[in-house]
Amino acid sequence: MQDDIILMRGITKSFYIGRSNELEILHGIGLTVKNGEFIAIVGPSGSGKSTLMNVIGALDRATSGSYILDGSVIEDARDNDLSAIRNKKIGFVFQNFNLIPRTNTLKNVELPMMYAGVPQRERTHRAKELLDMVEMKDRLTHRPNELSGGEKQRVAIARAMANNPSIILADEPTGALDSKTGRLVMDIFHKLNRQQRKTIVLITHNRELASETGRILTMHDGYLTPQNTEARA
Amino acid sequence: MNITESIRLAWEGIRANKMRSLLTMLGIIIGIGSVIAILTVGNSMTSTVTSSMSSFGASNIIIMLQERENSGVRAAMREGDRITNEMVEALKARYPTQIAGVSLSEPLGAGQAQDGRKYANVSVIGVNEDYLNVNNITMLLGRNIEEKDTEGSRQVAVVSNKFVNKMFNGDIPGALGREIKVRFFDEIRVYRVVGVYEYEQTMFNISFASENDLSTEMYIPVTTAKKANSDGDGYQNITVMATNDTDSKSFANTAAAFLNRFYENNQNYQLSAISMESVTEQVDSMMSTMSIALSVIAGISLLVGGIGVMNIMLVSVTERTREIGTRKAIGATNNNIRLQFVVESIIVCLIGGLIGVIFGGLLGYFGSSLLGAASGPTFSSIMLAVGFSMAIGVFFGYYPANKAAKLDPIEALRYE
Ligand SMILES: Nc1ncnc2c1ncn2[C@@H]1O[C@H](COP(=O)(O)OP(=O)(O)OP(=O)(O)O)[C@@H](O)[C@H]1O
Ligand SMILES: [Mg+2]
Repeated sequence: MQDDIILMRGITKSFYIGRSNELEILHGIGLTVKNGEFIAIVGPSGSGKSTLMNVIGALDRATSGSYILDGSVIEDARDNDLSAIRNKKIGFVFQNFNLIPRTNTLKNVELPMMYAGVPQRERTHRAKELLDMVEMKDRLTHRPNELSGGEKQRVAIARAMANNPSIILADEPTGALDSKTGRLVMDIFHKLNRQQRKTIVLITHNRELASETGRILTMHDGYLTPQNTEARA
Repeated sequence: MNITESIRLAWEGIRANKMRSLLTMLGIIIGIGSVIAILTVGNSMTSTVTSSMSSFGASNIIIMLQERENSGVRAAMREGDRITNEMVEALKARYPTQIAGVSLSEPLGAGQAQDGRKYANVSVIGVNEDYLNVNNITMLLGRNIEEKDTEGSRQVAVVSNKFVNKMFNGDIPGALGREIKVRFFDEIRVYRVVGVYEYEQTMFNISFASENDLSTEMYIPVTTAKKANSDGDGYQNITVMATNDTDSKSFANTAAAFLNRFYENNQNYQLSAISMESVTEQVDSMMSTMSIALSVIAGISLLVGGIGVMNIMLVSVTERTREIGTRKAIGATNNNIRLQFVVESIIVCLIGGLIGVIFGGLLGYFGSSLLGAASGPTFSSIMLAVGFSMAIGVFFGYYPANKAAKLDPIEALRYE
């Protein structure tokens, strides 16, 4: 395991709308995250937080720059390699949960293990364990539409943990929840960070939750800065 | 992730939209069903026709009088125009190794055998000694019409086992030697039973009469029939049975050419010959043309069904865009996604195909039993249908599946 789990240098990301309408959203981002860190990224809406998160999570490719994730060079990787990296090294937690509809809790948590080729018995065993950890053990056969928002997010966290990834990426995981359930979700993240030394990158609009993490970074118009720098400015 | 996983995933997708999946299958069900029904009925029809044809004898040649085309005014047929016994004997003598027999016949007409309250309908035909053999009629007991019967114009008859059932309570040995009275339109004639043959139903004597009123053939000597008809000598047509190792098609021409020498000086008539083999070939090719035409129609309905599958798969991919994005985010490869949708399309088509085989088989069974030879679909046609529906699933499912596989995960996750 590498010491620096995320190592980004000069990452830019441009979107092309229409023919020649280039729109640069990320302007040369540099970011280093150490193994076991819990960091928060804050910033105004539209500043490029989610765009950066997608690049970190190997869901999207940067337009330029170099990115090494847990020892793998991302810019050279083929699509299938990226799939494998997302599958084994990254756990995504989304604002809108993104559970597979019409599929029960247990199967949802098993899904990343299925794509990883884990045998069925082992999958079910581990999925039950994870659902126990997020206190959703008695909801195994519920479908997403039969769960509350907080319950859905706990299932999503269990799913993110399925293949025991080295890093968890959470894009506004409490955005759709009230403060009490948001608290519950945050507690799970703290537990994962402290007990299992999971690296966690959290995007949030909630300053209070951000301040609980080890380090806060601010996104502003496509530039990423440590918070104290911005505070001083 | 292995194939059973893909099948399970795909099955969940199908079950989630039962009604829609069923409607999608409908096109395939109708397409495969009609293919199976057509194949089943077609096979049964072909085998009925060929077996009826071969009951005529594939090696038979029919030689008949034909008006010359250049005769101008239609000349009435005179007794002198007919094929005579001398011509038949000359033909037999010239080609002894090619000819197994020459059958001559003279229909006498419909009659009813009566004995007190018992009766049986018959159709009386005068025949020579070769007739029963040439026409593949099986004797059960007694003897055939023989030369001495025709020479003496005897009042003897060969009757069917059905006839014996009605007139002699099925006692075949007891029927031999008994005299029977047959009432014709204007008179009653008496014949002595000398033989009993086995009645067989063919496509050409299909009867809707009840068993009681069924009319069967009764064979009497041809000369006896001619006398009763007060008809002169000669025949308008004869049937020549070629020996097994004779090519009946080419021998038909040889025989006709030989006999036509007797007609060189006849202004109005000549002879023409056709072999049953060439007739059978014509019927066969007609049947296969027909089933090709029907198969094309069925193929078009399968094509329409396949397009329906593709359409629904495209809708399904669009609907599940977010789900596809999520799957990719948690590690599904493009191949995983593609396989999931192709397998889903294959399963829809396979289930549709199997239901189609069942419906088509039932329809084919019903149709072929109407033709008198009930049969189910053959194993090969079932395999063909199953293989075909799988191929449709792959062919029409691939494009939507590939579209799903190529979705950009970010855009898919953002999809509203
Ligand atoms: N696919 C795209 N094509 C064009 N522009 C895009 C695309 N994705 C994002 N953008 C633009 O990039 C900018 C940053 O978007 P992003 O979603 O990263 O913001 P964000 O910081 O996550 O905002 P929020 O806090 O509201 O989630 C926005 O101006 C958005 O319009
Ligand atoms: Mg965002």
